[in-house]
Amino acid sequence: MTNTILVVAETAGETLAASTLSTLTAARELDGPIDVLVAGARPAATAENLASMAGVRRVLVAEAPHLAGGLAEDLSGLVAGHVEHYSHVLAPATTFGKNLLPRVAALVDIQMVSDVTVIQDAETFVHPIYAGNANETLRVLEPHKLLTIRPTAFAKEVVGGGKAQLERIDVGETQAQSREVELQLDQSDRPQLESSGIVVSGGRAFGSLEKFRLLEELAADLNAAVGASRAAVDAGYAPNDCQVGQTGKVVAPELYIAVGISGAIQHLAGMTGSKVIVAINKDPDAPIFGVADYGLVGDLFEILPEFHEKIRQLRSEPKPELAEG
Amino acid sequence: MKVLVGVKRVIDYNVNIRVKSDGSGVETENVRMSANPFDEIALEEAVRLKEAGICSELLAVTVGDEASQEVLRSALAMGADRAIRIDVTESPQPLNVAALLAAVAREEAVDLVLLGKQAIDDDANQAGQMTAALLGWPQGTFASELTIAEGRARVAREIDGGQQTVELDLPAVVTADLRLNEPRFVKLPAMMKAKKRPIEERTPEALGVDMRPRVERVKVSEPVPREAGVKVADVDELLDKLRNEAGVI
Ligand SMILES: Cc1cc2nc3c(=O)[nH]c(=O)nc-3n(C[C@H](O)[C@H](O)[C@H](O)COP(=O)(O)OP(=O)(O)OC[C@H]3O[C@@H](n4cnc5c(N)ncnc54)[C@H](O)[C@@H]3O)c2cc1C
Ligand SMILES: Nc1ncnc2c1ncn2[C@@H]1O[C@H](COP(=O)(O)O)[C@@H](O)[C@H]1O
Repeated sequence: MTNTILVVAETAGETLAASTLSTLTAARELDGPIDVLVAGARPAATAENLASMAGVRRVLVAEAPHLAGGLAEDLSGLVAGHVEHYSHVLAPATTFGKNLLPRVAALVDIQMVSDVTVIQDAETFVHPIYAGNANETLRVLEPHKLLTIRPTAFAKEVVGGGKAQLERIDVGETQAQSREVELQLDQSDRPQLESSGIVVSGGRAFGSLEKFRLLEELAADLNAAVGASRAAVDAGYAPNDCQVGQTGKVVAPELYIAVGISGAIQHLAGMTGSKVIVAINKDPDAPIFGVADYGLVGDLFEILPEFHEKIRQLRSEPKPELAEG
Repeated sequence: MKVLVGVKRVIDYNVNIRVKSDGSGVETENVRMSANPFDEIALEEAVRLKEAGICSELLAVTVGDEASQEVLRSALAMGADRAIRIDVTESPQPLNVAALLAAVAREEAVDLVLLGKQAIDDDANQAGQMTAALLGWPQGTFASELTIAEGRARVAREIDGGQQTVELDLPAVVTADLRLNEPRFVKLPAMMKAKKRPIEERTPEALGVDMRPRVERVKVSEPVPREAGVKVADVDELLDKLRNEAGVI
């Protein structure tokens, strides 16, 4: 049996969200033609972009003013109407996909799988459970497989060379049971947490919003994204969308620097996929050291300024060539 | 207004999870269990709606075996008016849970279903959205703020890029995120009193819900642990390692 895959694209304004690239990578592993559904108030630019991606057969374009807020009530009906034509329907496991796909799944009476990290075959999928302390392999017995894809588990590369057709689809009426009344998006010009090569994260130890700036200044010089523990977010040092962990964002940068974070399992769930982990903590027994490649024990208020100063110096020197391997 | 809160009994969030050596699941014997933390937040929010005179009846519902009664006892102690246990033995999948919760919501004519955003055992983050779909109600997921006025719910949602505020017509489903509130501690006398209160029971058959599993667990395995790292003496050594060993700076 051959697969036909539908990817529900996530957009960020009028551009493609990086999570969609990971979802496309996952879709390509399923081996079959891929259709992408993109919905919004002005999806044209994103649709063109998607049409040029490898493996994409058709781009289904749903354009209507009421689709701007990405409300699940409107989108779910739209997506549900297409499920029967596909063996697999994929969306990114971001707040967009997590809000949407379970609603679609229930509308078509299907048990979906959340946060897929490995596609073993067309019906067998691995995903983390218990805050990443266990991996569960599931065989899905449903006629259509509905999956959200963990973006850090699949490459975010742009694979071009596609020449898909664009096809407008019927968007139906808006349900009018729910309305977006306000949208506050982070305006920072920092790299995005989910796709940044370096993430510096701070915890409760900072003690105040003012002191947390130390971390933001370091991030600026490293061209890094800022992350935070739940304790730091709860205390108001960082906005909620900076939270890394089981119930926040999952990140997997080249370098993750955890400063004044104890390393509770709920935090580790969001960052142990990082390539290199640095921990700075004054408690030598802090659990964060259990996952850190390089641990430095000491007071962050002494270490961070020194580290920052020396980073500045280093950044003005050329990077050494590394031997391969 | 009638509010239904869904509470799941899960392994306590402080417990170190151990995967069984035969790969059939995780160790639950002699392991501390408690109410899913997000469900306690949902419950707290409902209790506050009661205290504000907005909620007239608060219904706590769990889907689970006999042992799940204990989360209903603490729900009663916290302020729930009634507690219902839907009797299932196998651990139910989110779509089954949603079908059961939707059936009770209909039967009891509730105006608001308040759930946690995710259960910390399956980490599925599905049941709320599914319940909303099955009922044909709007949904406010990942709520960090909830206000009820004039037959509508206003929900601030924690989303990836920041915060989205939506307005929902009631009835609706809302799922609680961590920052919605901080649940109160249940006092011992309240707990003692709750022990004597009745717990209503329902069955999936009586609610007309088919519990056939739709996905099959092949195995549960331990994640590959990270290799142990090293402690460095000072900032200079750290920078040296990052630059010359790891090559990331
Ligand atoms: C259901 C649930 C979900 C959760 N989800 C998440 C999640 O997604 N993400 C998350 O992060 N947490 C989450 N948590 C919370 C988690 O359990 C921890 O409470 C939280 O991660 C702790 O944050 P912290 O490490 O900043 O604070 P703490 O645990 O208080 O640690 C502070 C650390 O700073 C160190 N320190 C103090 N002063 C200094 C100094 N001057 N210099 C250097 N080091 C210093 C201390 O030694 C300590 O290790 C969740 C909890 C629950 C119950
Ligand atoms: N067995 C259950 N009994 C009662 N409520 C549940 C149960 N399972 C899930 N829920 C509710 O649905 C939410 C989301 O669960 P899940 O989709 O499994 O992550 C939980 O936070 C609970 O509020």
